[in-house]
Amino acid sequence: MTRFIINRRKFLTIAGVAASAIPLSGCDAFDSLLAGQSPVRQFLASANGLSYRAHRALIGDDTLVPEFAASEIRQGQRPNGTTDPTDPDYLALKDAAFSSYRLTVGGLVEKPVSFSLDELRNMPSRTQITRHDCVEGWSCISKWTGVPLRQILDEAKVKSEARFVVFHCYDTMNLGPQDAVPYYESIDLIDARHPQTILAYGNNDKPLAIANGAPLRVRVERQLGYKMAKYIKGIELVSSLAPFGGGKGGFWEDLGYDWYGGI
Amino acid sequence: MTIMDDIESRSAPNNDEKTVIYRHRIATRVTHWTWAIALFFLLLSGLQIFNAHPQLYIGNQSGFEFENSVLSMRAMQAADGTVGGYTTVLGHSFNTTGVFGMSGTADDPAYRGFPAWATLPSYQDLATGRVVHFFFAWFFVAAFLVWFVSSLISGHLKRDILPSIADIRALPRSIVDHLRFRFHHDGRYNGLQKLAYAGVLLVIFPLIIATGLTMSPGMNAAWPWLLDIFGGRQTARTIHFLCMAALVVFFLIHIFMVLAAGPLNEMRSIITGWYRTDEKKNEERSA
Repeated sequence: MTRFIINRRKFLTIAGVAASAIPLSGCDAFDSLLAGQSPVRQFLASANGLSYRAHRALIGDDTLVPEFAASEIRQGQRPNGTTDPTDPDYLALKDAAFSSYRLTVGGLVEKPVSFSLDELRNMPSRTQITRHDCVEGWSCISKWTGVPLRQILDEAKVKSEARFVVFHCYDTMNLGPQDAVPYYESIDLIDARHPQTILAYGNNDKPLAIANGAPLRVRVERQLGYKMAKYIKGIELVSSLAPFGGGKGGFWEDLGYDWYGGI
Repeated sequence: MTIMDDIESRSAPNNDEKTVIYRHRIATRVTHWTWAIALFFLLLSGLQIFNAHPQLYIGNQSGFEFENSVLSMRAMQAADGTVGGYTTVLGHSFNTTGVFGMSGTADDPAYRGFPAWATLPSYQDLATGRVVHFFFAWFFVAAFLVWFVSSLISGHLKRDILPSIADIRALPRSIVDHLRFRFHHDGRYNGLQKLAYAGVLLVIFPLIIATGLTMSPGMNAAWPWLLDIFGGRQTARTIHFLCMAALVVFFLIHIFMVLAAGPLNEMRSIITGWYRTDEKKNEERSA
């Protein structure tokens, strides 16, 4: 019994010293542990996979996000990221008022197809008033009109080995030390086939503005804003995200953001 | 019996006439330290996330073209041209240069909500803040579920956390005792203690978890009623922030009380479970 007490006291001393060291060390003590692709950061990021699986288990595949009344639209859709692409091929499209635009659908599909803006506008559409949540923390309610992505996928006939939809974009982003890279994003086929996932060409009863992604952007309503690629050039069905960009499934993901942006 | 009772006297290591009791069960101790570690990281990574948009609102959305903001911490230019950090609460602005809105040094000012020493990482990095926050959120929630179920089954919740009618009646005396720094080391929680712990464990913890889930666009599809309960995503974000502030205040009082009540004995009981009371050995059963 006596020896047990001594051991406990030793333990107490060690625990006390360890606990008091945490606040003393300050926050920059953790900076090197969490930088870039450190093993600690990668381990912590594995919880993102748990969140993704928990959401897939908890949320029905076709469960809709709440939609709002028109009276809730109290401001224009706040743009973020690229708001005016200066890439030459985009400028050429813009000069022609997007008349020469064609959305290409390729990759793991039976029938590669492409659509002009008029063809997309003449397809059955969906209009929804939803809340846009930026990863930064703000929200904005807006009305979106577009073609359900599921219709496009059905026309192109997705092959069974496809697992993700990759969105290739016209705009290039230049952040930090690396060269400008084209924006791209990806979602799984559950969100791609979700009834509210649309390729939007209209916003608040007007043609989609350039700041918001004209001529075409995707709405993935159960995820955050950075998942909803703007200035979409083409759609590619793939079985792996490794070949694209930094291999993490999107522009922001390559910079450390979570691929599943549902939280 | 001894396993079920959180606060109970039993034969214990004893090297003088004071009584040592088994005060905290293993579930209480493990969840306490899980929360301590998880909340430390949740707080600092949460302030990092807040800094990405250091402004809070009421309602579903953030007013950019209308006013529904209740708090902001931004760098602004004053009438005389000087730039400073300003915290605006319900329309009233306060100069908080050096801490909120603008910090760093005069030569190298940092325009950010909370200063570098309060965020994880210390520099602006929303992506890493989110990685840290969601990792520890899982541990925080898991510890809460373990604690709630085990405390319900063991009776800890009813016996030690929820204030009894006698506790409520004794509250005025308990307040006077606290003000006079007169503490009763009988191993049991007094009325004020029970109220504080019940407030944190049964109000703030569930609230901070639920408002966190309300901010998830995915969870909004699964449980849209969360938005109705809290009055919209941005209100939920504001409540989440207020819960954080309440937990910081609780933490400061908690640490102060541990120091005031006898840090070694208190630390020993929350680590080993054993607590030395000021009752004589022969009186222990009558207490």
